[in-house]
Amino acid sequence: MRAAVILFPGSNREGDAARALRQATGRQPDIVWHADHDLPAGIDLVVLPGGFSYGDYLRCGAIAGRAPIMDAVRRHANRGGLVLGICNGFQILCESGVLPGVLMRNANMHFVCRMQHLRVERRATPFTSSYKPHQIIKVAIAHGEGNYEADDPTIEALEKDGRIAFRYCDSEGVAGGASNPNGSRNDIAGIYSERFNVLGLMPHPENLIDPLVGGTDGRGLFESIAGFATA
Amino acid sequence: MQTEPAITSELVAAHGLKPDEYERIVGLIGRAPTFTELGIFSAMWNEHCSYKSSRIHLRKLPTSAPWVIQGPGENAGVIDIGDGQVCIFKMESHNHPSFIEPYQGAATGVGGILRDVFTMGARPIACLNLLRFGSPTHSKTRHLVAGVVAGIGGYGNSFGVPTVGGSTGFHRAYDGNILVNAMAVGLARRDEIFYAKASGIGNPIVYLGSKTGRDGIHGATMASASFEADAEEKRPTVQVGDPFSEKLLLEACLELMKSGAVIAIQDMGAAGLTSSAVEMGAKGNLGIELDLDRIPCREIGMTAYEMMLSESQERMLMVLTPAKEKEAEAIFRKWGLDFAVIGKTTDTLRFVVRRHGEIMADLPIKELGDEAPLYDRPHLTTPKRPKIDPVATPAPVSNDEALLRLLGSPDICSKRWVWEQYDHLILGNTIIAPGGDAAVVRIEDGPKGLALTTDVNARYCAADPVEGGKQAVAEAWRNITAVGGRPLAVTDNLNFGNPERPESMGQFVGCLEGVGEACRALDFPIVSGNVSLYNETQGAGILPTPAIGGVGVVDDVKTACGAGFRMAGEAILLIGETEGWLGQSAWLALICGREEGAPPPVNLAVERRNGDFVRSLVVDRRASAVHDLSEGGLGVALAEMAIASGLGAEIAALPEGPAHAVLFGEDQARYLVTCAADSADAILKQAADAGVPARRLGMTGGDSLRLPGEQPILVSILRTAYETALPSYMAGGTPDGFANQ
Repeated sequence: MRAAVILFPGSNREGDAARALRQATGRQPDIVWHADHDLPAGIDLVVLPGGFSYGDYLRCGAIAGRAPIMDAVRRHANRGGLVLGICNGFQILCESGVLPGVLMRNANMHFVCRMQHLRVERRATPFTSSYKPHQIIKVAIAHGEGNYEADDPTIEALEKDGRIAFRYCDSEGVAGGASNPNGSRNDIAGIYSERFNVLGLMPHPENLIDPLVGGTDGRGLFESIAGFATA
Repeated sequence: MQTEPAITSELVAAHGLKPDEYERIVGLIGRAPTFTELGIFSAMWNEHCSYKSSRIHLRKLPTSAPWVIQGPGENAGVIDIGDGQVCIFKMESHNHPSFIEPYQGAATGVGGILRDVFTMGARPIACLNLLRFGSPTHSKTRHLVAGVVAGIGGYGNSFGVPTVGGSTGFHRAYDGNILVNAMAVGLARRDEIFYAKASGIGNPIVYLGSKTGRDGIHGATMASASFEADAEEKRPTVQVGDPFSEKLLLEACLELMKSGAVIAIQDMGAAGLTSSAVEMGAKGNLGIELDLDRIPCREIGMTAYEMMLSESQERMLMVLTPAKEKEAEAIFRKWGLDFAVIGKTTDTLRFVVRRHGEIMADLPIKELGDEAPLYDRPHLTTPKRPKIDPVATPAPVSNDEALLRLLGSPDICSKRWVWEQYDHLILGNTIIAPGGDAAVVRIEDGPKGLALTTDVNARYCAADPVEGGKQAVAEAWRNITAVGGRPLAVTDNLNFGNPERPESMGQFVGCLEGVGEACRALDFPIVSGNVSLYNETQGAGILPTPAIGGVGVVDDVKTACGAGFRMAGEAILLIGETEGWLGQSAWLALICGREEGAPPPVNLAVERRNGDFVRSLVVDRRASAVHDLSEGGLGVALAEMAIASGLGAEIAALPEGPAHAVLFGEDQARYLVTCAADSADAILKQAADAGVPARRLGMTGGDSLRLPGEQPILVSILRTAYETALPSYMAGGTPDGFANQ
């Protein structure tokens, strides 16, 4: 499995993503510069990592969404290639039109970093096949603008087509209320593209790959990708 | 071409220079200074940059050990942590700016300290802080807490370094002068450390990073004067932080350092270009010539004076190998940063500044730093306070009520509301997150890690500066020990009032004596730090607050020990002697409304003996949980261990003495340790053999904390008291413990 991690000015979790990929695939991902126009040949997965691309001084992800490399990322997605956008990467995917909707300021207006339970909403995708159906996983969140919003028809379509990847929930799997850290519509933590080859999510599974550091519930996502790409 | 204003006594005073200091300048250069030169002197000779009131006392601190590679005097301290790796760290204050503009003041405080660390070639791997706010009932406190916390998070989160620990407290003495001390910790290879010392004649001096604007002019001067009611009018001297540029600057600098182009590097912090250029030249015994026309400016028409004093952020100065200039420029252009050759090194030992072809300053470079005034200010020893007799100090409320109130009080309550706004998980190496004794951050893929903490109890320091200074160091040492770390070195941030007042100066001298004594006794040298004086508003000084940032090494992070009970049925042991010391305790202050008496004495030999014993238990994996006892004493520590796990405990027997003093006294050198029930006797025997006082208190388990003679309290109730206080206060409420501070 060959992965490329895109490096935008202001990305800061590229190393964390690379570490999780290395652990799951045994291979160091390529680091691709935002100003490049092409991805290296033979890439299976493109990762847009977390961070504050361009300082997030405009809307989060708005400038990165228009970086030269994004045309290549779009072509890769259109060919059915895998794209994973984590946190700022999710925001970039929404800003570049690869995924629908927007990520607004957290409802309480504070940045929030904590451990958070998620419910795996759909198992049969390239990103989640290693999880059990509706498994509850514990991962990290760290964002100030993770409040997912879209117009009603978009939300209805996402729900109807089973394109909600993860929902915020409590340790028992119950969504809603205080278990939603940011006010996100329908407790959405991550969504898929129509073909399920693009996943955008706010939480950081790449930080939950080690029993000494909070647990290993994030590994499943990277192992699923590795298994899919080599299958 | 603008002409510079004539030098008048008013102008000299406005630069914070005393008449005799001005005479010293005239004597040194043999003529009246130009306006630009006056600005340069004011920047170099203010308290913040020259340490003129503190230098003679700082010399008494221990700063060396076999593992210390660089002590105070560089951008940050450097210690050897083995395997060819070094830890580079420092703490610095941004108190005055944060009071005026809390978000940007705190943000640029973080930015400045990160720069100090990566200037030396280190990649930052953790940040900590120590914050002190005014009384919760003061009208500005909520606003300042919200702004400072958002600012620290806003900068560190974007830059991409985990903020893993800190200390947040409140006291009315900080009403008009809060404390924002930020600490950064970085990692480098032992053979890849970079210094500020310039070398070689005719080498290019290169300006890197963001453009220069008019922001922050005289920031260092502001930090060297006490606050008056016009503080708000000083807003324009607060700089604006840009963590995005800093992140680019970090990556560009580290890439450039790898290229071998860098001879010397110095960040532009307080007093900006002036201080950084003079320091590089003076350290290298070289002159420096600058052509200010080449400086990348953000605003038009900037004068030499403004450029020399600007404190615009995210800027660096380097001396480069001439042959690598082009390669260096390409790296900076790639990262979208400014790069300009603005001068050269010379053999004249003069600091020469040109603007529009005219010489605006021509000063002897060594004397700018070396000849700064040095004061031995009069200081008054703080009178000793009497010991509080616990028998003569009966408890006004029941012990269970006192415990709940202490858990919900501003200094002790959970600071989750604060640290959840900091990204403490980025980089994926946070082994022990905020909320424990010390944070533990793994180094790369391990097995080694760093144990990090910031500590001080200013109430102790005010009551007895020497004991308080000792206690601050001992507390940091103990926190590192509790997680299983070997304490190695300290960065200090000495926050005090006006040094021109003998009482304040006496607090400074006393605290330093205590800090020095403890650092010597514990082999815990000071390798970097910062002095912040003039923390007073309208004549009222802050509590003396020598913040201690401690760094230790955990040899294998798998053995690092947390503070929460691990499982039911384990034995709970108390290590250390309990006398029931109530003087200056949180209990006496909160429950009785009395900040009185002598603070607990610190016996450094006992501290070391008890700590070494506890550390050996952790390293040998015989302790399952460890928590040091500090504010709120045994009662609060037991409750915190229960809250952290959700598990209760049954305490069968307490040490002798009045129960309230035993539960809430703050005797030093104590720890709570849990272990497998069947290994408790062996541990107690071993403790007895080592001369370490230790006793069995009870057993973990159940859903409540059961203290002898008290009503059981559900852990969920303890947790509610502990966790809801600060969020409720920040939402505009007045929780019980926050009402009468």
